[in-house]
Amino acid sequence: MNCLNPFCKLALLMVLLGGCNDQGKLSLSQRSIIYCAEGSPESFNPQLVTSGTTIDATSNQLYDRLIAYQGDDNTLVPALAKSWHVTRDGKKITFYLRKDVAFHQTDYFSPTRLLNADDVIFSFNRVLNPDHPYHIVSGGKYPFFQNIEFDHLVEQIEKINDYTIRFHLSRADNNFLANLATDFSVILSAEYAQQLSVSNTRQYIDTFPVGTGPFKLKEYRVGSLIRFYRHEQYWQQPAQMEQVVFDITSSNTGRLTKLLAKECDVSSYPIAHEKITQHSDLTLESVTALNVGYFGFNTTKAPFDNVLVRQALAYAINKKALIDTIYQKHAELAHSILPNSSWAYDDETQAQQFNLDKAKQLLAQAGYPQGFTMDLWAMPVQRPYNPNAINMAKMIQADFSKINITVNIVSYEWNTFLQRLSLGEHQSFLLGWSADHPDPDNFFNPMLSCSATKTGSNRTFWCNQHYDDIIHKALKTNNISKRKQYYAQAMTILSQQTPLIPIAHSKRYQARGNNIIGNIMAPFGGISFYQVSKLALANEHSSEQDTQKNTPTSVDNH
Amino acid sequence: MLIFTLRRLSLFTFTMLLLTLLSFSLSFLFPGDPLINISGAINATPSQLIEIHQRYQTDSSLFWQYIAYVDQVTSGNLGLSMASQSMISHEIMNLLPATIELSIVALLIAMFIGIPLGFLAAIKHNKATDNIILSVSMLGYSLPVFWLGLLAILTFSINLGWFPSAGQISLLFEIELVTGIQFVDILISDSPYKWQAFADATAHIILPACVVAVAPATIFIRLARTSMIEVLGTSYIRAASAKGLTFNQLIFRHATRNSLIIVIRHVGLQFANLVTIAMVTEVIFSWPGIGRWLIVSIDQRDYTAIQSGLLVLSCFIFVVHIMTDFIYAALNPLARGIKHGER
Repeated sequence: MNCLNPFCKLALLMVLLGGCNDQGKLSLSQRSIIYCAEGSPESFNPQLVTSGTTIDATSNQLYDRLIAYQGDDNTLVPALAKSWHVTRDGKKITFYLRKDVAFHQTDYFSPTRLLNADDVIFSFNRVLNPDHPYHIVSGGKYPFFQNIEFDHLVEQIEKINDYTIRFHLSRADNNFLANLATDFSVILSAEYAQQLSVSNTRQYIDTFPVGTGPFKLKEYRVGSLIRFYRHEQYWQQPAQMEQVVFDITSSNTGRLTKLLAKECDVSSYPIAHEKITQHSDLTLESVTALNVGYFGFNTTKAPFDNVLVRQALAYAINKKALIDTIYQKHAELAHSILPNSSWAYDDETQAQQFNLDKAKQLLAQAGYPQGFTMDLWAMPVQRPYNPNAINMAKMIQADFSKINITVNIVSYEWNTFLQRLSLGEHQSFLLGWSADHPDPDNFFNPMLSCSATKTGSNRTFWCNQHYDDIIHKALKTNNISKRKQYYAQAMTILSQQTPLIPIAHSKRYQARGNNIIGNIMAPFGGISFYQVSKLALANEHSSEQDTQKNTPTSVDNH
Repeated sequence: MLIFTLRRLSLFTFTMLLLTLLSFSLSFLFPGDPLINISGAINATPSQLIEIHQRYQTDSSLFWQYIAYVDQVTSGNLGLSMASQSMISHEIMNLLPATIELSIVALLIAMFIGIPLGFLAAIKHNKATDNIILSVSMLGYSLPVFWLGLLAILTFSINLGWFPSAGQISLLFEIELVTGIQFVDILISDSPYKWQAFADATAHIILPACVVAVAPATIFIRLARTSMIEVLGTSYIRAASAKGLTFNQLIFRHATRNSLIIVIRHVGLQFANLVTIAMVTEVIFSWPGIGRWLIVSIDQRDYTAIQSGLLVLSCFIFVVHIMTDFIYAALNPLARGIKHGER
């Protein structure tokens, strides 16, 4: 056939394109999941961060921990450590490691050995020892570990043999094992670190990560996407999906559009819940997350160094209205930083109720009868504890204008926002906290303790010695009713001092196509795509899926 | 032709001078330290700061500072982005091709739809076809692009599911960034899914390109219509028709070519308009181009990026103008003699 006519060529091309479109694209999308994420990670090492976005993208995808949580009652189960033993005084804890754990084989690193005690010791010594060659790489801040004063707790980590290590603690600590099971206590590769030291590129350890997790990093484009490939030599059953792509879409409507147009399979923090439930091929799911959204003050800056001003503003916020509109009633009104579902919650705690007269009276007492002008920093992204901080800031602006306070709303890109907050450039801010593990200490300590002011995770810079003593005492005792008493005292101090105004405890929402099977969210900590699989859509051939399953193609060749 | 070229070159030089002057003065007009605004080095160590001071000659007079700035710009140093601390020239080189790609596809769509429709309206002058085409073009011209973009996403992506709503290509395809122009990158890549990627990229560009194309297409309709009516009224067409040429011969051999000359001159002018529309459209369709990047920079108060981005973008549009002028001059010898302001 002679086909010189351009129209004829075009038609031929169309046919060809259409022909290949049917087969390969389906199988490629069949083997991959696209997750619409709300922001870019700050780093690829969870040891260095507390932000939930980063934890979501890294912790359970790239890494494993020595031990893990399992089930609804959060029992600790073996992970990289196949068993462990605690001495009677609680000061020596021995871990016996698995011998079959392989690290990621990536474009930038090829492991020559399996996981051993050196990797575990490297991972923790990097955090503990300020003289460690990798300690100050990436800034030397380990907020989670510094908040729990890990370096004071752990005296030494001893290598018994290649697969046995022992932690020597300075005192018994209830939380030690729980902390080792959090998303932050990940195990890095010592061999990779050694290789980087030789090539003098240590900083790459946190930007080109190597772990033992179910997925490995393939590609990262800032503000655009993260691509993970399956780790074929994973020590458990390899993950179901060959490829997981995080499509970074910070706009709420953008994520909704992509979800509705089937451009992403799973979307974080969806808006327009009713719209999603109307679609029969989409599922909206939620977990009751342990979190709190709050309005915080920089207590080192005037006028918020004055407790009367802080209390006045606490009376001036109409929390009920915020919950009805911003959270669309999908949240509980917060009376304290601790959610009411926690066992340590004290029902007697009094929070300031909405009362404008009282607010004006307190402001006059504090010497600001004419009001003042303030900056309010609102976070730019949607988080479980605050679905729309900018709108919340606007409502608070309206509330405060009634007591003659003028509010300027300030916002930055998420990473910049967090960095500037930890530098203390702000006057007041909207932020929140999601728990890393179910212990109440995880609310009191990292958000408001004095040690947390140094790491920048206590962005109120409020430091109260009495409060610190109480939460330390609570950690030392095993007696539950005593701990509860201590935490009740701590809650009373917070209510009087008001370094921050708790607003809501919300659920964490996620939407997904009905063809996506498996658990992604957990009540605390980051998401995981390890268990997730994808069903064939009705109009796709099931036989194709079967052949896909039987002959797993190596993604490395693509 | 030589004089024409020289004239354009001198115009180019003076416009560039003015543009760099404006961009240079922006660093003083933006809040904050001018040196930081111009270099973007917010986290510079003291020794780096001294080096930057020397590079921009901040201790000399304003004139020498300006010369130093132009020197930096012409050697390709546009400073660091305040938000990401990466080289702005790199970011622009990665993003500008995506905008060019979108604009060219939109321009082609606008030309292939607008010009024939305009000719058709002229041939059917004062008949129903003419009126319908004119009113549709008026309607298309009046629609604001952001509204049209959202409407297109709602209809074609969400309700009908025909086209994707965001981005250049599905993220599942790994296409290495070489030229930045997606279609070229796909064709030179060694991905086993090359042709699906090509089809997917085509599906991704259709909606945004059509949205961008609407306004220029309506302008082309009217331009083509006017010029065709004008040409059809000239005496050489009447002479040709009197000689007994068929209608088709008349239109395709004589009238079309002559009326196209006028339209082509305006294609260049429309390109500036097109890039402006493309910037808004990029935001709506999450197209990874320079417009979206500029708007995000404005949002983040990234002064260095705004300043350099504006400079590069206006330069680019200006270069396109001059190039279309050359093409026009090559096609139409009469234009070479015309000085500015004579028409």
